[in-house]
Amino acid sequence: MADASISVPGQVAIRRGLREGGVYVALAGVVVFNLLFTPNFASLDNARLQLVQVAPVVVVALGMALVIGTGGIDLSVGSVMAIAAALIPAYLGYGPWVAIGVAIVGGMAIGLLNGTLIAWLGLQPIVATLGTLVAGRGLALVIAEGRLTELFDPTLRKIGTGSIVGLPYTVLIATGLGVLIAVVVKRTLFGRRVVAIGGNREAATLAGLPVVRSLLFVYILCAGLAAVAGVMATSRALASDPSFVGLLIELNAITAVVVGGTALTGGRVRVVGTIAGAILMQLIIATLIRHNLPDSAARMVQAAVIVAAVYLQRDRVS
Amino acid sequence: MSAEPAVPRHMPVVGSVTSRMSVVSVIQRSASMVVLVVVLAIGAIAFGGNFASAQNLQNIAVAASFLAVVSAGMTFVIISGGIDLSVGSMLALGAVLAAWSSQWGSVPAIVVPLVVCTAQGVVHGLLIGRRGLPPFIVTLAGLLFARGLAFYVSDDGNTTHLIRSGMNVSWLGQGKILGIGVPLVIAAVVFALGGIALNRTRYGQAVYAVGGAEEAAKLAGVRVANIRVRLYAVSGLLAGLAGLLVAARSSSGLSTIGNGLELEAIAAVVIGGTLLSGGSGSLTGTLAGVLLLEVIQNLINQVGTLSSYYQQVVSGVFLIVVVVVQAYLSRREAR
Repeated sequence: MADASISVPGQVAIRRGLREGGVYVALAGVVVFNLLFTPNFASLDNARLQLVQVAPVVVVALGMALVIGTGGIDLSVGSVMAIAAALIPAYLGYGPWVAIGVAIVGGMAIGLLNGTLIAWLGLQPIVATLGTLVAGRGLALVIAEGRLTELFDPTLRKIGTGSIVGLPYTVLIATGLGVLIAVVVKRTLFGRRVVAIGGNREAATLAGLPVVRSLLFVYILCAGLAAVAGVMATSRALASDPSFVGLLIELNAITAVVVGGTALTGGRVRVVGTIAGAILMQLIIATLIRHNLPDSAARMVQAAVIVAAVYLQRDRVS
Repeated sequence: MSAEPAVPRHMPVVGSVTSRMSVVSVIQRSASMVVLVVVLAIGAIAFGGNFASAQNLQNIAVAASFLAVVSAGMTFVIISGGIDLSVGSMLALGAVLAAWSSQWGSVPAIVVPLVVCTAQGVVHGLLIGRRGLPPFIVTLAGLLFARGLAFYVSDDGNTTHLIRSGMNVSWLGQGKILGIGVPLVIAAVVFALGGIALNRTRYGQAVYAVGGAEEAAKLAGVRVANIRVRLYAVSGLLAGLAGLLVAARSSSGLSTIGNGLELEAIAAVVIGGTLLSGGSGSLTGTLAGVLLLEVIQNLINQVGTLSSYYQQVVSGVFLIVVVVVQAYLSRREAR
């Protein structure tokens, strides 16, 4: 379903092509620009740095793509990252893997709450997850008593900064999860249901699909992915910092999904596009900063890219 | 965005409203007021003079006035079925511009932030109203842009522009009228004017109509795009005004303020009984919502043993509870 392009003649095809492939064209453009004009861009170190930086955003954006595919939105992902980060030092005494497990399960509990509010009680996703965004960050700070905790665990250090044949673990995890979600969307019944619910919830209900259960699962999955991103960010920084980890990442994730060609109205999940969208935004910022444009200008360019991306998808939205 | 049940909207102009429906909608609309009174009473009983003193209550009110000004604009936007995520950044932009342009005098310090923030609001409105882009994304981009511009004006955070002491513009933040802080007076004026515009003018009715049933409004001759442009312009103007007030109060323009303020404003509007699906809502509800958020914060500060982090937990849970009750009520209403 996703990414399948039917050849329609003429102008429609061009428009469609821009919509479907715009993010790849832009990504290729940025890479070519950098190869030509940015010194030391084409180095393995740089590629590794960019990928490591974008990895948590990609993982969060994967979950966000699923949620947006159902026509919803999840603003609470940053707070879920904070809760995961806060739980790690609290349970590190039982060993790193237990701590990571608890962090991910704790994050998924927030997803369960989101899903219950949205799927069962029929709240609007934006309000329900706004509530868990505010409460979740507070809860993370309560768990951590507001403190930053440095971590000296060798396993976490390895996950955060180690690599295998030059590929950092965090990048491998993000890639693996990307493949997993892509397979889930394209090849499983659950993936079909997600798209069906986003396309037309009424019809999905009438067709006898388990709408409530599927929605519940989508929000739990999204929160689980956010918790994984929280673990990744924490182990990379070697510190649990619940006040700042994942702050505003919901905006980056939504941007990646939208720039990747998924409309906020739901009914589609474009996994590869989302990953490309996240990498594109990362590279644009890196490029601007390399060329000595201040951070402030980078933000304004980011804003323009977002508007341009939605502008191209416009006829789909309306 | 979601599958809300088809709720009959209670617009103030609708004539045929059954009695049961109106009872429920009155509860829904004034629930935040009732809760506010209850919370105030609990505070007064629990903390006596520490909480219920004129000084403390005025502190709460002044602290609330900045959020109140922003939330007034947000109420209009949400009633029209839209959303404005840019207001927190716009507040920062307003504050930075006010402090930056105060080097040329008090008049530029007031005019520049208001004009620039209104202009950005107009751009949002044009993209949303005329080009049909989704408000969520446009104002998300606006959030980034305004913050970027605020950073740019303050040399990427390396410079914090100050308002020299003794300038007239400082009066807007620090002065008093009849013993009441000027920001509070301005917030009251904003709400009074907003209430009149919303309930007593054609424009206000058009805002309800656009949010309730856009197609019907279009067919009835409402110039929907035009209404939208004005809505986002006003929201930008009010966020800029709030920024100006913050700058005048603190004598400086910090580019980092206002992070997450858009969420607080949305929470206040929703707690106040305005549905995010548009078409219904009130400014008095929003006012109660703003005050509730501030009173809860103040009460938690009064309980010395609770860390301030509990405030976020309480605010978030409170928001969810209010919305769950609202959803329950509107479902009953729909039956």
